[in-house]
Amino acid sequence: MESPVEIVQHTAGGVIGVSWLMIAFPLLGAAILLILGRKTDRWGHLLGVAMSLASFVVAVLAFFELLGLSAEQRRQAVHLYEFIPGMADMGLLIDPLSISFALLITGVGSLIHIYSIGYMSHDPDRRRFFSYLNLFVAAMLLLVLADNYLGLFIGWEGVGLASYLLIGFWQFKPSAAVAAKKAFVVNRVGDFGLLVGMFIMWSATGTFAFAELSEKAGGLSQPMVTAIGLLLLLGACGKSAQLPLQSWLLDAMEGPTPVSALIHAATMVTAGVYLVVRSGAFFFPEGSPQALAVAIVGAATLLAGAIIGCAKDDIKKGLAGSTMSQIGYMMLGAGLGPAGYAFAIGHLITHGFFKADMFLGAGSVMHGMNDEVDMRKYGALRKYMPITFVTFMVGYLAIIGFPLLSGYFTKDGIIETAVEHNQVLGWLAVIGAGITGFYMSRMIFMTFFGEKRWAEDAHPHESPTVMTVPLIILSIGSIFLGGYLILSNRLMLWLAPAVGRPEELPQFHFASTPGLATLALVAVGAAYAWMKYGRAEVPAVQPRGSFLTTFARRDLYGDALNESLFMRPGQWLTRIAVFFDNRGIDGVVNGLAAGIGGTSGRLRRIQTGFARTYALSILIGAALLTGALLLVGNI
Amino acid sequence: MTAHYLVLSGLLFAIGAMGVLIRRNAIVVFMCVELMLNACNLAFVTFARQNGNLEGQIIAFFVMVVAAAEVVVGLAIIVTIFRTRRSASVDDANLLKY
Repeated sequence: MESPVEIVQHTAGGVIGVSWLMIAFPLLGAAILLILGRKTDRWGHLLGVAMSLASFVVAVLAFFELLGLSAEQRRQAVHLYEFIPGMADMGLLIDPLSISFALLITGVGSLIHIYSIGYMSHDPDRRRFFSYLNLFVAAMLLLVLADNYLGLFIGWEGVGLASYLLIGFWQFKPSAAVAAKKAFVVNRVGDFGLLVGMFIMWSATGTFAFAELSEKAGGLSQPMVTAIGLLLLLGACGKSAQLPLQSWLLDAMEGPTPVSALIHAATMVTAGVYLVVRSGAFFFPEGSPQALAVAIVGAATLLAGAIIGCAKDDIKKGLAGSTMSQIGYMMLGAGLGPAGYAFAIGHLITHGFFKADMFLGAGSVMHGMNDEVDMRKYGALRKYMPITFVTFMVGYLAIIGFPLLSGYFTKDGIIETAVEHNQVLGWLAVIGAGITGFYMSRMIFMTFFGEKRWAEDAHPHESPTVMTVPLIILSIGSIFLGGYLILSNRLMLWLAPAVGRPEELPQFHFASTPGLATLALVAVGAAYAWMKYGRAEVPAVQPRGSFLTTFARRDLYGDALNESLFMRPGQWLTRIAVFFDNRGIDGVVNGLAAGIGGTSGRLRRIQTGFARTYALSILIGAALLTGALLLVGNI
Repeated sequence: MTAHYLVLSGLLFAIGAMGVLIRRNAIVVFMCVELMLNACNLAFVTFARQNGNLEGQIIAFFVMVVAAAEVVVGLAIIVTIFRTRRSASVDDANLLKY
């Protein structure tokens, strides 16, 4: 395999030299909107969109400038300033990997900003919404552009904050407030892993910079590298909603739909995949325990997410299960080393398009259906929302891996690479693809086909242009992007300077065994969904369902597990601590005070107020004193 | 030859102390205090005589001066107490307590 090329210090000017503008624009937007507050209510959303677009323009210019450089020059480090003197410098790393992410974040981000103008038009707090979106874009860009783990961590926490604020955007709904808190707490678990991993890195190598770390990682002992790798994986699991830290993502759908599309489908949740790929030096060699752990987590999550997706009636939760599952694919790819990196990132990019497309499509449906999310109350919407239907359909075909659409190339790449490296995980991924075919078809049939099952006051209508245009652009990406990136290995060669590549370039087979098996299983899944939800009547009330259905409906009992394993023991621990504090520590302090108080209360009774009593005690005292003096004098 | 004076001084002091402890009338208590002071004076003068110097006698003078000042203040207090509570009993003036 070929290693990544050396990182060179950027010297000349050009757009790369000012690539910090990418972060600065949305950050400025967020600052203006938050500081000026209600004064910006009228034009705040326009500023938000403008800042996001400006950032996108910078990213595109930087991309072309990078494209103009030779492969050895394509990792440019831009030094910004000394962050912690003697410890860490703040700088940006502009390389094929980070710029790919930057394009996805600013590109899809801008589309979602535009969409939100329409989606949030009736919300009195639209300006606040855009300020958070801008904050998110800035933090996410810092996460992917920073040239060291410290900068990455700041961005990492920044997107966590933005995610928290946006999930709880409608904080007057208790469910949204709880979901935001849950997302924040679960993410802390992952952040703990990332932080401890960084501590170990620092103590072992004395640096946070990617450039130095990739050199020094080879010199570390294997257990040390494994420990760092596993801790980074824990961080990635938290942010990317992978098992066992997946529980927050489904609840995160309480936020407005554009948020679900941008943060909880297209960009933030893929940060874990970015972390694993960027930290390739710690997941080396392929097949090492930590790399295997990544692949196993990915495979387990892709199945879990798919199973959850099968049983959800809430369209957004169905899509959230699907997101988990697709990120599972990316993780699986990332766990396979440089052979899988390009497919993982490729799937990440195409998923960013088709999942954002479908989430925004779901938002468009909700917009027309009085914010109804229950698919059992949809049906037959294809005639009423033609553009939404067609774009959603494109996203659907892309995600199930319909031949020649985006998802087909990237997902198939992951599956084939997985089968080559690890038969078991590879075939699990094939099964996962079949389940994907089922649950996504179920969603399509329940929403757009069949009979009307609407609520009485529902008057579905197509969404305004400002919402449909982003849908159309995203669906165009969902059609062509995958083929463009994967065929003739464009993405792999483009990313090679940043993440390395296998010695032999893979050839895309249109008729490989796993590929055909995948297609067959997807067809079976889709046909089964047609039988159950297309041809047959969909009951308006959720049927009881089998044990398996309940299992999936309850998110594989993930919440119950967390509750009994962590929350209850945690509560007991706090109760014991409170008891110890109240009875133990407070008891000693209060007891001491009460003892002294009681004693002095008794002692003060000596002061009777009778002068003759005092005189007597003076006399006795004087007599004693005299006696003592006489005694001493005699000796 | 001075032993008798000292015995007398001790007796006077004991009588005075006894009076302070067992009498209730503030005037009598006060007079008993004077008696104790004078018992001390007698002892001082006796010792001065015994030792053949004047220091004891000087201190006796000081004691008399202090006693005179004390009488002024003390009597004023007793009279005021009598006026406010129609009683000169020291046991009635027991408000200054716990």
